[in-house]
Amino acid sequence: MRPVAVVAFAQTRHTGEDAGLSETELLAPVITEIKRRTGVTRFGFTCSGSNDYLVGAPFSFVSALDAVGAWPPISESHVEMDAAWALYEAWVKLQHGEVDTALVYGFGKTSQAAYPEVFTQSLDPYYLAPLGVDQVSLAALQARAYLEHTRTDERRLREIAAKARADGRANPSALHLDDPGDDDGYEVAPLRPHDVAPVTDGAAAIVLAAGDKARELAERPAWITGIDHRGEPHQPGFRDLTSSPSTRLAAAKAGGADGVEVAELHTQFSHEELILRDALDLGDGVAVNPSGGPLAANPVMATGLIRIGEAAARISGGTAGRVLAHATSGPCLQQNLVCVMSGEQSDG
Amino acid sequence: MPSSDVPSSEPTNHVLEFPGGYTRSVGPVIGRFLSELRDGRLKGVRTRTGRVLFPPVEYDPDTGDDVTDEFVDVGPVGTVTSWSWVPNPRKTHPLDRPFAWALIRPDGADTALLHALDLGVFELGAKPPRRLKTGMRVRPRWRAERVGGIGDIECFQPEVTMINAPSRLEYRLQGGRALDRFLEGVEQGKILGHRCDVCGQVIVPMKGLCPKDGVPTSEEVELPDTGTVTTFAVNNLPDPRAPEVPFVSAYILLDGAGLTMLALVAGIPADQVRMGMRVRAAWRPREEWTRSMANIRWFEPTGEPDVPFDEIKDHI
Repeated sequence: MRPVAVVAFAQTRHTGEDAGLSETELLAPVITEIKRRTGVTRFGFTCSGSNDYLVGAPFSFVSALDAVGAWPPISESHVEMDAAWALYEAWVKLQHGEVDTALVYGFGKTSQAAYPEVFTQSLDPYYLAPLGVDQVSLAALQARAYLEHTRTDERRLREIAAKARADGRANPSALHLDDPGDDDGYEVAPLRPHDVAPVTDGAAAIVLAAGDKARELAERPAWITGIDHRGEPHQPGFRDLTSSPSTRLAAAKAGGADGVEVAELHTQFSHEELILRDALDLGDGVAVNPSGGPLAANPVMATGLIRIGEAAARISGGTAGRVLAHATSGPCLQQNLVCVMSGEQSDG
Repeated sequence: MPSSDVPSSEPTNHVLEFPGGYTRSVGPVIGRFLSELRDGRLKGVRTRTGRVLFPPVEYDPDTGDDVTDEFVDVGPVGTVTSWSWVPNPRKTHPLDRPFAWALIRPDGADTALLHALDLGVFELGAKPPRRLKTGMRVRPRWRAERVGGIGDIECFQPEVTMINAPSRLEYRLQGGRALDRFLEGVEQGKILGHRCDVCGQVIVPMKGLCPKDGVPTSEEVELPDTGTVTTFAVNNLPDPRAPEVPFVSAYILLDGAGLTMLALVAGIPADQVRMGMRVRAAWRPREEWTRSMANIRWFEPTGEPDVPFDEIKDHI
């Protein structure tokens, strides 16, 4: 494998309400910042992740290229998924060996519509979408299954949300949310409002570079020692919702979580942290979502990419030697990506 | 409680909608399922390994193999394998009152279907009802007009585990002479009892007999409408005479009586009623009096000090 590393990460100060910026306007300062920090203005490859349904306009991702600068024509691609999968595509492209740098970005504004209902449009159109079942209701089915199977008390969810919010308040990019209330009602039982990732507008970008180019662009590159993604059946009734075998498999293919000091997990719901900790065999010594995670800021389509960026930042900042990032897509943790990074280069 | 994702109270200014809906081919597997569904039947499909997938899909998710062309009757009764409870439905949801989403595995199938589960009428914001449980047995509620879509099942509903049987008979009752005389007194705002010649106790309402000595009684005594609560119960099921719950029914020892009588107690929160509490009858307005105990609406506290337990312990 060709050694590839995260050499720069930038994100917006995410907001919990519409600040009056278009998606492109949200993204532009992040692209400007990451170009300034790397000194690179033209990248070998550019790949983005976003969701046209967030603004309800087809091909709306194309206008985001205005923030990148696409003339003379650039080599560019897009995934209608979280930008963590755009990063995967860029990593594959770098493995081809034809280019040495890649720009990856994602952006999302959930303040303009009810995101759980937008999510419905991504579901199977025969059996699920016609029911009008939304993202939170689906997640709550998984939460119920997990809590009953493991005999976990609902109060454990509140602890996770409280920690996420406290960590989020220490993160200038995340939302600054109050501690969960003691008597919050159910959003969809067993999930309460604090167990659900908040409405967030924001964007993020990462620059990947290969080999010597990575050492040139960053003092401490976060080398990707393994990256893999795996899926499960789309129908939630075909799966064992109490575990995440696709996360377990992706982690194994990515080299495993042994020696990981920090894990940034794409937990849009409190109970998902418990399921993912089980699947990744994370011990108590691993710092999970020190950034606050998605429960403190969830600019969808950038949220998974931010996990990779936040984890890589621990390496570039010198506070961790080996980190793990996770991203998810689909209902009830259907598809999962695991990216393991290290301060030490390896053949992956 | 508003949903946490409602971004703004401002009206929407953009709608994304495919006019007339999006036309999709369903293929032979899903098409067979939907056609059977339109006829009111639940069909699963068998995989090469013998499992029954429901709802049917084209490929075995475990192996990626094509499924067989064997369609199998499943259900209609099924088991809830997980559920979530929606206290405040969205306008995109199939029911406009609190309901559950449930994964339901029909008998004979190896996988579960997601659908709405209706448990009856609840106020918005209601907590999950206790009967909603994993393992619950449910059946589809079919629409009368079916079109070949997953919505041909309006929702699922619990198996019948209880019925509500009507129960009513009509009577022409005579209270008997002693009770007639007692009610005659009540009609005039008086509480009458009989004193027993043998034990000397006053029995109210009188029965014409002393239940202790088994002898006829006839000596009328008028008693005051004040007394003492000897014991009481807090009732949480509404009654035609006390529609507001909780209400308190109490045994009251009228002053001068040897036996207690049963009456309602009000004018005080239910959790503050005490044994030994002094009470007085609250009469309805005189113009409403009839030949009925309903003339006394209930008993209310007098505010006098409580009677010590020792003085009422023989009447409990």
